[in-house]
Amino acid sequence: MTTATTIEATHDDHHHGPEKGLMRWVKTTNHKDIGSLYMWFAFTMLLVGGAFAMGIRAELLQPGLQLMEPQFFNQLTTMHGLIMVFGAIMPAFVGLGNWLIPMMVGAPDMALPRMNNWSFWILPFAGGILLSTFFMEGGAPAFGWTFYAPLSTTFAPDSTDFFIFAVHLLGFSSIMGAINIIATVLNMRAPEMKLMDMPLFVWTWLITSFLLIGAMPVLAGAVTMMLTDRNFGTAFFDATGGGDPVLFQHIFWFFGHPEVYIMILPAFGVVSHIIPTFARKPLFGYSSMVYATASIAFLSYIVWAHHMFLTGMPVAGELYFMYATMLIAVPTGVKVFNWISTMWRGSMTFEAPMLWAVSFVFLFTIGGFSGLMLGIAPADIQYHDTYFVVAHFHYVLVTGALWSIIAATFYWLPKWTGKMYNEKLAKIHFWWAVISVNVLFFPQHFLGLAGMPRRIPDYSLQFADFNFISSIGGFAFGASFILLTYIVIDCIRNGKPASSRPWEGAKGLEWTLEPKAQYHSFNTPPSRKLIKAESQHS
Amino acid sequence: MFAFAYAMVPIYDVFCEITGFNGTTGRVDTEQSYAVDEQRKVEVSFFAMTMGGFPVQFGPKVHSMMVVPGKFYTTSYIAKNNTDETVIGQAIPSVAPTDAALHFKKLECFCFNRQTFKPHEEVEMTLRFVVEPELDKRIKDISLSYNFFKLDS
Repeated sequence: MTTATTIEATHDDHHHGPEKGLMRWVKTTNHKDIGSLYMWFAFTMLLVGGAFAMGIRAELLQPGLQLMEPQFFNQLTTMHGLIMVFGAIMPAFVGLGNWLIPMMVGAPDMALPRMNNWSFWILPFAGGILLSTFFMEGGAPAFGWTFYAPLSTTFAPDSTDFFIFAVHLLGFSSIMGAINIIATVLNMRAPEMKLMDMPLFVWTWLITSFLLIGAMPVLAGAVTMMLTDRNFGTAFFDATGGGDPVLFQHIFWFFGHPEVYIMILPAFGVVSHIIPTFARKPLFGYSSMVYATASIAFLSYIVWAHHMFLTGMPVAGELYFMYATMLIAVPTGVKVFNWISTMWRGSMTFEAPMLWAVSFVFLFTIGGFSGLMLGIAPADIQYHDTYFVVAHFHYVLVTGALWSIIAATFYWLPKWTGKMYNEKLAKIHFWWAVISVNVLFFPQHFLGLAGMPRRIPDYSLQFADFNFISSIGGFAFGASFILLTYIVIDCIRNGKPASSRPWEGAKGLEWTLEPKAQYHSFNTPPSRKLIKAESQHS
Repeated sequence: MFAFAYAMVPIYDVFCEITGFNGTTGRVDTEQSYAVDEQRKVEVSFFAMTMGGFPVQFGPKVHSMMVVPGKFYTTSYIAKNNTDETVIGQAIPSVAPTDAALHFKKLECFCFNRQTFKPHEEVEMTLRFVVEPELDKRIKDISLSYNFFKLDS
């Protein structure tokens, strides 16, 4: 009897908001709170990984060894890669998914809120374990973020076991996040919303979740084999015991290639929201966008060995992986053409989110093209493991994934905070970042084509000039994040009140909520009429 | 998918065996007869490497042989242990080009078992092989390389 009354008593309290104090953030099961936690965690990790990158560029400013031992340089490149991939980009997208997906599908919260809390709170511990390896004897892992065996098994420092544990935890977190998103999209979607009514950010995240569930366990398998090879006498990757180091690369890239699409598909979703808004036109080719995303996801599982053209594959293998890789350009091209067609004859304005989205289309496509060049097996013999590869994946991950995250932050910040950011400062920040990022990464194409290998602290004199330019761009780009931090905090503290639909052409259920989305939204599902009116396509 | 990562280990082995991927050589158990074309000649070159501080000197007795596909040949590698300790090692073979690996078959090889080298002992280790006539006609040179690894026990 008493329990019944208590439950009723809590049910009567319809206006309960967040808990007071710090414990709110530890115990929260609210998708908006957890989304914010994810975003702040990712931003912190971005600054940590960025600090490592500054160290790398400072050492590479001039030829010769000035600032650090080569071993420490290798630790920096390794940790920069791991922190940026697993600590910054992936959690940022999960954070965006947490914040936006329930609002976009008209759901009150995520389907599995307690698991949501857990999947976030694993992250700071995993990140902490990973970073603590710097202070261990023998230093942090120094074998590159791809941790190829036997470098990561026979010749690695003892801290590698902590790295393995951290990767396991990060994998658990990602898989739980993915399960939650699939359950939310499929079970919590407003009853009146059909799959093909869903906004593209929801579609791309749904498909990404399947990639995560497929790929992350394979990574867990790879690091578990490493663990037993290192400590329990197995020989998965040890030729003496009948294993094979090349097998490591197959398993790693079977995870690694879907992983790169995990980091870019949600970005495609974000851009597919922003461009129609500021072009004031419905998204061109909605259904082809959905099918293209699904095709990219499928193809991502069957092209992994294009990272391994130099391991001595038979010609037939090289040809297959080369053609399959080229095939990915088709659905990706469909997407780029759709974005351009959406802008075509639109009434465009260039507020900060649109600037980031348009430069995403342009710069990501540059990264895509250099990817095609790398995918050509005979050409890859020249490009493999050079700075050309570094330039390529920074164009797709920085001016691709990170660009879309910044675009999304500016685009949805009014909905998250109820306030507007400073448009003038945001534009200054954009031009600062977009110019410096090209000064930073474009010369690296030339360095790579001239033969400068990646992951080295020192280089021949002929590479000095371009490295100098690249480092100067790097410092400028790094400094731009100070301004970004200021703009976001300034918006939260002093921003002018925003309207519930601050962007004239914006469509989507999230814009039907109050200017600052309430702690609990969509307690009753939206109607068919509303869903139709807010749909991205006619 | 976690199990799949482990399943890739045997799948990879079988895949390498069937395709010759990764330079995996084949094995025959008996001296079977092949259709022999005496006119056709292929040059087989022998290479040797040692890894990870393997303290035994190791090299082929002859550096190359002209062979007729379909016929069995015998050659050997010589290993000399210059240390005062007994050394145990395992040789891992690899054949290039990969397309030839499938048709390079060994009847007898020191790489089938681990080898024990007593202090200051010099041994001649035999190798009996055949290049199958099914080998692609365009392939005129085959390289066989052994990599010796030290075993702890």
